[in-house]
Amino acid sequence: MTLWFGAISQGLIYSFLALGVYLSFKVLKFPDMTVDGSLVTGAAVTGILLVNGVHPLLVMLIAITAGCIAGIITGLLHTKLKIDPLLSGILMMTALYSINLHILGRSNLPLLRVRSLLTLFQSESFPFSQDVVHLIFFFLLVLIIRFIIVWFLRTDLGLAFRATGDNPAMITAQGVNIHYTKILGLAIANGLTALSGSLIAQYQGFADIGMGIGMLVAGIASVVIGETIAPGKKIKWLITGVIVGSILFRLLIALALKAGLNPIDLKLITALFVLLALCFPMLKKIIKNLFRVKDKE
Amino acid sequence: MIEFIDVYKTFEHKGVDRVIALNRINVQIEEGEFVTVIGTNGSGKSTFLNAIAGKFLCDSGSILLDDKDVTRSWEYKRASIIGRVFQNPFTGTSPDLSIMENIRIAELRGLKRGLSGGLSAKNRQRYQETLKSLEMGLENRLDATVGLLSGGQRQALTLLMATLRKPRILLLDEHTAALDPKAAEQIVKLTRRLVDESQLTTVMVTHSMSQALDLGTRILMMHKGKIIGDIKGDERKRTKVRDLLNRFSELRKEELLDDELISMLQEGYY
Ligand SMILES: Nc1ncnc2c1ncn2[C@@H]1O[C@H](COP(=O)(O)OP(=O)(O)O)[C@@H](O)[C@H]1O
Ligand SMILES: [Mg+2]
Repeated sequence: MTLWFGAISQGLIYSFLALGVYLSFKVLKFPDMTVDGSLVTGAAVTGILLVNGVHPLLVMLIAITAGCIAGIITGLLHTKLKIDPLLSGILMMTALYSINLHILGRSNLPLLRVRSLLTLFQSESFPFSQDVVHLIFFFLLVLIIRFIIVWFLRTDLGLAFRATGDNPAMITAQGVNIHYTKILGLAIANGLTALSGSLIAQYQGFADIGMGIGMLVAGIASVVIGETIAPGKKIKWLITGVIVGSILFRLLIALALKAGLNPIDLKLITALFVLLALCFPMLKKIIKNLFRVKDKE
Repeated sequence: MIEFIDVYKTFEHKGVDRVIALNRINVQIEEGEFVTVIGTNGSGKSTFLNAIAGKFLCDSGSILLDDKDVTRSWEYKRASIIGRVFQNPFTGTSPDLSIMENIRIAELRGLKRGLSGGLSAKNRQRYQETLKSLEMGLENRLDATVGLLSGGQRQALTLLMATLRKPRILLLDEHTAALDPKAAEQIVKLTRRLVDESQLTTVMVTHSMSQALDLGTRILMMHKGKIIGDIKGDERKRTKVRDLLNRFSELRKEELLDDELISMLQEGYY
């Protein structure tokens, strides 16, 4: 039972990352490696501030802001210095590694017995176990963020942001500065990622310099699952799909580990899964052609 | 209205000399004029429109729009006074967004975009009315993504979007070239109506001489980055397709002579 609770909680926590990756990778068509770093930044900022007794809500806001700043810098590298999207993100991610180590002061910072968002909601008066309380908290937070994102994407600015990834020539001809919308999108995406980092550090009870590795790929995996299960093309369905995708992804991992998968192979399997998903349209064509040849024979 | 002073623009091409796309262009287009631009392939027609729109900075010369020097101004800034339709029907709209969302984007061309929502029921009704006037059967498909539309429907939508907020200048770059004849005819009709309705200052590139004569009040002929013919006023009224053809074939003869001259000179040299 705790296994499933844990997986669902993690799925909810990482759904902010998945939403961020959806915004950068899918909406902006920008494969943003920054998230591998900004997730840790969120965790590191959270860790060090909580250890120093800052109020958890304030800590959360600062962690999100730190992620946003990382995204803005990646956006500036790409738009102002004309650096390729992938390389901009990799440069930022690499720089963040050192910065994150500086923030943490060491490679692993334990967060036991500190006041965190989760301890805020601890009370003798709740009739359920702590796990349930945490789950409800994460669920409510996801609901709020989902609402905000769906609302934003339908505002005038949100439409300009979506069209930026879809057809930059068109939205420029409509008077939008795509440098601005790209930077804005990357800021939001990395702010969300840092929120995931912040929450996961509090949930696990430590912040670790290596916790960001493979996060973009994990995010893409959740997005792919989400798009597949989304019942429609409308924004609200896609966003909901991505959240459910994140939860399913963590459940799948939990299942695989329970079935005896070596944790070392986790990233390998995830990468293969994403590879397969990305190649799916091509594979479909190949298989179709195979059948066509057979038909003729 | 539109003024080009000695505008010069070259492009880099791998392994060859720089291509001169606009070779010291001097031209003035007045308010309310409907200019059609014709010319051989690669003569610089699209580059001419792109220079007005600000897709790139020119090597030298100045461009004035509405008496303001915009030579160094960004494309997205100039967009506040310019409406555009492109040759490729895919260029003018956002395929993943719905028809309604595309229209809303166009309604705010050049205006500040904030956190207000424009997808209200009130706007929906207004857009529906506007779409009805296109006679493309789009008025009941506001929530369909634009990616599902045909080329003709997309160009009609793009044309509507370009003129929804009245532009000071309308730029059309062979916007019927990629369409089948029937759709092309519909788009020409729509173009004529929209331009007439709002008395738009328009520059339209076309590959068809008859279209150039059919629409517009003035013809610019381009060749090798230069404007080699500017037909307006009474002369424009008298001009027939044959006259245009004659001028281009004269040009070809001259060029042939040029080429022969060059090869003769080269032979003498070696
Ligand atoms: N973005 C570009 N990069 C390089 N060369 C270009 C570019 N745009 C136009 N050219 C070159 O400039 C010349 C004029 O092109 P263009 O204006 O597109 O011609 P037209 O529209 O009259 O057919 C051509 O030789 C073309 O190859
Ligand atoms: Mg052209």
